[in-house]
Amino acid sequence: MLTVRGATVSFGRVRALDGVDLEVATGEVVAILGPSGCGKSTLLRAVAGLQPLDSGEVHWDGEDLAGLPVHRRDFGLMFQEHALFSHRDVAANVAFGLRMQKMDSAGRSRRVREVLGLVGLAGYQERTIATLSGGEAQRVALARSLAPEPRLLMLDEPLGSLDRPRREELTEELRVLLRRIGVTVLHVTHDHDEAFAVADRVAVMQSGRIARIGTPADIWHDPRHAAVARFLGHANVVEVGEGGAVPWGRLSVSPGLAVLRSDAFSRVDGSPLDAADTVAGTVTDARFRGDRFELRLRTDPGEVDLLVRDPRPAATGDRLGYIIDPARIARLDSDRS
Amino acid sequence: MAAPVRVVRGAAAALPAVAVAAFMVLFFAWPIAGVIARGFGGTSPAGLLGEVLGSGSHRSVIWFTAWQAAVSTALTVAVALPAAAAMARLRFRGQRLMRALATVPFVLPTVVVAAAFEGLFARFGLAGGGVNLRHTVWAILAAHVFFNYAVVLRTVGAHWANLDARVEDQARVLGASRIAVFRRVVLPRLAPSVAATSAIVYLFSFTSFGVVLILGGPARATIETEIYRYAVVRLDLETAAALAVVQLAAVIALVAVSNALERRRATVEPASSPAAAPRRRGPGLIANLTVMALILGLPLAVLVERSLAAGRSGGYTIRNYTAMAERVSLLPDTALAALRNSLAFALPAAALALLVGGAAALVVLRSDSRGALLGRAFDIGLTLPLGVSAVTIGLGFLLVLDRPPVDIRTSVIVVPIAHALVGIPFVVRTLVPMLRTVNPRAREAAAVLGAPPRRVRREVDLRIAARGVAVGAGFAFAVSLGEFGATSFIPRRPETLTAPLALFRLLGTPGDALRGQAMALAVSLMVLTAVAVFVMDLWGDARRGAF
Repeated sequence: MLTVRGATVSFGRVRALDGVDLEVATGEVVAILGPSGCGKSTLLRAVAGLQPLDSGEVHWDGEDLAGLPVHRRDFGLMFQEHALFSHRDVAANVAFGLRMQKMDSAGRSRRVREVLGLVGLAGYQERTIATLSGGEAQRVALARSLAPEPRLLMLDEPLGSLDRPRREELTEELRVLLRRIGVTVLHVTHDHDEAFAVADRVAVMQSGRIARIGTPADIWHDPRHAAVARFLGHANVVEVGEGGAVPWGRLSVSPGLAVLRSDAFSRVDGSPLDAADTVAGTVTDARFRGDRFELRLRTDPGEVDLLVRDPRPAATGDRLGYIIDPARIARLDSDRS
Repeated sequence: MAAPVRVVRGAAAALPAVAVAAFMVLFFAWPIAGVIARGFGGTSPAGLLGEVLGSGSHRSVIWFTAWQAAVSTALTVAVALPAAAAMARLRFRGQRLMRALATVPFVLPTVVVAAAFEGLFARFGLAGGGVNLRHTVWAILAAHVFFNYAVVLRTVGAHWANLDARVEDQARVLGASRIAVFRRVVLPRLAPSVAATSAIVYLFSFTSFGVVLILGGPARATIETEIYRYAVVRLDLETAAALAVVQLAAVIALVAVSNALERRRATVEPASSPAAAPRRRGPGLIANLTVMALILGLPLAVLVERSLAAGRSGGYTIRNYTAMAERVSLLPDTALAALRNSLAFALPAAALALLVGGAAALVVLRSDSRGALLGRAFDIGLTLPLGVSAVTIGLGFLLVLDRPPVDIRTSVIVVPIAHALVGIPFVVRTLVPMLRTVNPRAREAAAVLGAPPRRVRREVDLRIAARGVAVGAGFAFAVSLGEFGATSFIPRRPETLTAPLALFRLLGTPGDALRGQAMALAVSLMVLTAVAVFVMDLWGDARRGAF
């Protein structure tokens, strides 16, 4: 089990890590989610031992890792840009960690074959790095990290350099693969879809701190902080006044900051709406998203722009009314914005 | 508990730095200090120096040194720039071979180049009669262009190839003509590289020795050849040292300028090297290759032809080659023995240069990451020998290495040490850029996969630097084979007679028979040098592909 306590790293006047606490249970997959520059890669480097901590501790199964150099930690780290050894072929790249473990050559080639099969690159042993496509290089890097069977596998934006369709395909593969081999994983990404798909728990990082940690569903339904809510793609953050007052009417929630998920709206035809938990307005923008439309609704009174998910078609200029499901409204702590 | 381990590791890490520093202090700084002390010596402080600077003949020598270097540089850039463009922007069959062949002149011994031009003038009747190029500034300029062509071709060409060609395409699409693209898009980005390379070529031309001594003859003298004449011919060590101080001051200024330009170039160097879009071949390419063949190929072809010519009787013979095994009264040993000596010196010299240069490269690299002052000092300290002429080093050896702490002037080992000293900067300059291309993430990846620091250096850095090591070794070997400036100051004995020294004596003596033998010796030396550089280059290539 990995335990990080009070990890702090400063680069000049910038606090890259600001008292980070984190626990990853054995066999668990935890995703670190955050915008670029939030300190998530620094956290990985600190755990790997590549980045010394200004203060704080990193433990594995209760053992303090402070004195243990990088190469003796028995952790795997896959870099965003892969960092493959361009002067070696695929097999030699994958076998590198095994050679460091002094595994004999027969054992190495067996393990290389096994791991390459695992990542879907069977028979790639003698390919040179220069001839690999982006997706193949990514798999080789993953195979190289997996081969020595590290007790902790860290992935730094492993799919970052791929185009969208490859990314989605490989996210799914990665999810299945990590489950199958049951390895403990710390996975860094800026993409919440990827984090939600792969991880048991997600830690959302904001400027060097972990703002929110929990299962993907917990975090999505209850982001708690406005910044986290916005990062997850929740557009409708509103200030609720006394008695549930909002600019266009009233919500049946207590006062404070709240987030209205875009799937909280169901369309009502015909009669004008005048009750609590309803909204009426004009569509200012409509985007077709396959199984749904994403609408920007300007509320009649108040002129607030809301993002609404609607399975039924709509066009710019339509006047529409919706009922809002209070169960899909999450309260936010107002301490951060 | 961790503290003692760290101390031991720190000491081990400092070992190469200490060894390099000790070597450089003993065999570089100490002799140079000796030259400076002697140069400032005399009755009043700076009296000797003032005398030298006040003399009209010395002043005209200094002036000639400066302007011939400027004209040599301008000519070289003018001739080699189109070729650099062709190498960077065209793709054609045999391109790699062309690049390798164009490098040959740069590694050739200066005395061989001088011999080639002497042969060229003799062959085409330019050495007397109506037109005489012998012992003129034209001969010196031509030889300097021949020498430095590859420097411009390779450095500017490499930089040019690294410039993103898509930017030029973009400019074309936006309506710029070919000429406008060159002026407004290519040239501004290329200028730092041209400036930095020009500074190096100027430095080389400023400190050029063998070529000026032989091709310039007694009529044309630079600071470098004057130092030699005063020290070795007139045995006036005081004046020689004073001239060397003037030379040293100029070189330090030039190295400072060169380093500053180099840093400026490095900052504008594009991070990635996108594949250049292949361009059509055209008349430009043919013109370039013709010029290259004429400038680089003709002198060497004539040299080979001259070495086989049978003298007045006409026809061809291998007599000149067989004559190398025979004694001539002029030399303390046969030309063949001199060749053997040269080869015997080149091996330890190359090994020593590789050892010291390799350790120095590691120190420079380590200081990169720490941004230490020591690293900057090392960088300059290691560039200086590249600029500080071999003649100054030779003079320094002559002045200080004949008494404790190091009394080795009359020993044979002084030769490989001097040669290694001249070769070290080449090794460092080959290795450091190659080691800098190592992705730091690759080092980290190796560490995470369980490689201890020493193993990382071996598995990652050394693999990638293997080619650099090979090329550097080839360079150091070739430099030693052709070293003339420093060696000419070492007391003359049969054991220390090297091939370039023998060649110089043979060339300086009238008579067809000896001249023919000189040409044969020059060709032998050229072949040995070219083979050394080529083999190491190829070996390096082969190693790169292997695991």
